[in-house]
Amino acid sequence: MAGMTFAKALNAGLRKAMERDPKVVLMGEDIGRLGGVFRITDGLQKDFGAHRVIDTPLAESGIMGTAIGMAYRGYRPVVEIQFDGFVYPAFDQIVSQVAKMHYRTRGAVTLPITLRLPYGGGIGSPEHHSESPEAYFAHTAGLRVVSPSTPQDAYTMMQEAIACDDPVVFLEPKRRYHDKGEVDEGLGPGAGALPMGSARIAAEGSDVTLLAYGPMVKTCLDAAVAASDEGVSIEVIDLRSLSPVDYGPLEASVRKTGRLVIAHEASQTLGLGAELAAVLTERCFYHLEHAPVRVTGFDVPYPPSKLEFHHLPDLDRILDGVDRALDRPNSLSGLEDGA
Amino acid sequence: MSTGDDGSPIQLLSPHGERRPHERYDALVADLGPEALASLYEDMVVARRIDAEGTALQRQGQLGLWPPFLGQEAAQIGSAHAIAPDDFIFASYREIAVAYARGIPLPDLMRQWRGAANAGWDPFRHNMAPTQVVIGAQSLHAVGYAMGVQFDGAETAVITYFGDGATSQGDVNESMVFAASFQAPVVFFCQNNHWAISEPVGVQAHVPIGLRAPGFGIPSARIDGNDVLACLAATREALGRARSGNGPSYIEAVTYRMGAHTTADDPTRYRDANELEDWRGRDPISRLEAYLRAEGVLDDGLRARAAEKADDVAAALREATIHMPDPAPGELFEHVYAGPHAALDRQREHFERFHAGFDDHAAHAAGAHTEGAR
Ligand SMILES: Cc1ncc(C[n+]2csc(CCOP(=O)(O)OP(=O)(O)O)c2C)c(N)n1
Repeated sequence: MAGMTFAKALNAGLRKAMERDPKVVLMGEDIGRLGGVFRITDGLQKDFGAHRVIDTPLAESGIMGTAIGMAYRGYRPVVEIQFDGFVYPAFDQIVSQVAKMHYRTRGAVTLPITLRLPYGGGIGSPEHHSESPEAYFAHTAGLRVVSPSTPQDAYTMMQEAIACDDPVVFLEPKRRYHDKGEVDEGLGPGAGALPMGSARIAAEGSDVTLLAYGPMVKTCLDAAVAASDEGVSIEVIDLRSLSPVDYGPLEASVRKTGRLVIAHEASQTLGLGAELAAVLTERCFYHLEHAPVRVTGFDVPYPPSKLEFHHLPDLDRILDGVDRALDRPNSLSGLEDGA
Repeated sequence: MSTGDDGSPIQLLSPHGERRPHERYDALVADLGPEALASLYEDMVVARRIDAEGTALQRQGQLGLWPPFLGQEAAQIGSAHAIAPDDFIFASYREIAVAYARGIPLPDLMRQWRGAANAGWDPFRHNMAPTQVVIGAQSLHAVGYAMGVQFDGAETAVITYFGDGATSQGDVNESMVFAASFQAPVVFFCQNNHWAISEPVGVQAHVPIGLRAPGFGIPSARIDGNDVLACLAATREALGRARSGNGPSYIEAVTYRMGAHTTADDPTRYRDANELEDWRGRDPISRLEAYLRAEGVLDDGLRARAAEKADDVAAALREATIHMPDPAPGELFEHVYAGPHAALDRQREHFERFHAGFDDHAAHAAGAHTEGAR
């Protein structure tokens, strides 16, 4: 056990996976000597060589497409796309090829590709560096989509994703890269209960269920602390897996609290929150005391950095959402139709 | 691909500033009198100063990020001086000296780096698109614009700038297919500055990058990108070819990024100090200085004038940056659509109500809001 940053935990997870399986290769722009622009692959090329940690040409479609060919040949490529906004040139290879190959070949081909994607905002970056594209991937059958929110999960889920025989879109909340946490390095594939597919109760509570994933989990935990000062008990659930969603713990929580708030950075329309609200309404209809509430980014292109904190759900907007779910005075009070 | 005699990049000025003759290019710069040469010099000196000021402003927390173009002044100023007012430019984030030479107002140069806007200026006021961050995407826009020019029967040319890394992208290769097939009046200006962040150009190409274009059917030149005269001559030739209906051209300007990729980058992790020193000996400004001194164009007066202009521009740039107002919160919702959009209008209304609530409860707002931003 040691305090480790999220970034270092990802690095340690990659290293573990590479040690375990010689077929694991890393591919991406600047991941070799530089160790990636976020240093997630720091030192790995030095230790594993340039054939295991490959600095690729600057071509995302090329990276993704060649990863498919390598997987055909028995490798387990771990692809780094440098920033969320640069995954779109590879989108065709991901949704038309990676996602569908197993289905097309009636199971003959497995593509155990892990697509690492630093995502989300809050770090003051220029255009195209702060996007939340998770819904595009979660909407695509054939892909698994996960996002860790703690260093421990970063470490363990990275290994699980790489060991998984399905393609996994692994979303790394970049504004949490420097956050520290305890990491048990014994926790990896083969070590019993594994986090990747399972939701986690991040904080127990009884009045409201607050669902989040990736970068929003910490903000929601902060909101839960702030709310408890006002006597409101919030249960925070970290989804971890966005596709498939582990609904069991979510349903149990909503049945307990009767109130549901969903927070994400991505825009609201057709975001993950819409899906979560629909499914949980179907399954927990008679337990709900209020319609599910979403607190999300707005339906705007990611704004310039001087405006991003208006766009991203912060503690205040989340608490306002909680107030709405509790029928307490809130920013929509007085309007006929809530949401 | 045209190159120098021994296959090296075409040069009109040696690294020591000696004038090298060239069969085709000499005629293209024959008209340059003392005034035009002085203006090239002055623009390069000012550009270098803009770069230094940008880096300083970023270090002082006034800019979110800055992409230095130190060492690329000749490629950018030389090519920019060939562009006519009607011609249209599609460039990447690093072409700040091109934008300066184009006459983009100083505050507009800084807007996006400060994080106050996503694009700095109105493209149609300056015939220059906002600079592009997605590598290579602008090359397709340039070709499409050029096709439009061609269909209109206009005598306008289009130029697109990108780096050596960009040449690996599908978009750049697809843009060459379109340009060649439609004989679009477009110039591809590649600044091969040897690095795509940490990746040396060898990761992108096994042969000189300028060699690719002929395979697409596009005439190509490999020039010394630190030689402002060669850059001007090659760009004039290529733009002239475009304007006269002779289709696309490709220029590989061989230059070097002397600074970091951006202020967020640490080149000592991947780059050899000797390489940097080697390129310092090929500096574009001292080369032009040596030539202009020999020609009797550079005297103390011109030097002082250029330095003074650089000081003025740097001061104005600093003023404009430091006093640039933050966008109003409501701008978040502006210009998402050209017409009204019900879903967004509703979100905007909610946003305004939310903010109005804070005005009512100022105490609640102050502390919690900044904390919640993390
Ligand atoms: C599609 C895309 N992928 C990745 C990036 C991240 N990135 C920004 S600049 C850069 C290197 C670009 O190198 P080059 O094209 O040679 O231009 P230079 O920066 O050297 O001028 C990379 C990888 C990006 N902006 N866009």
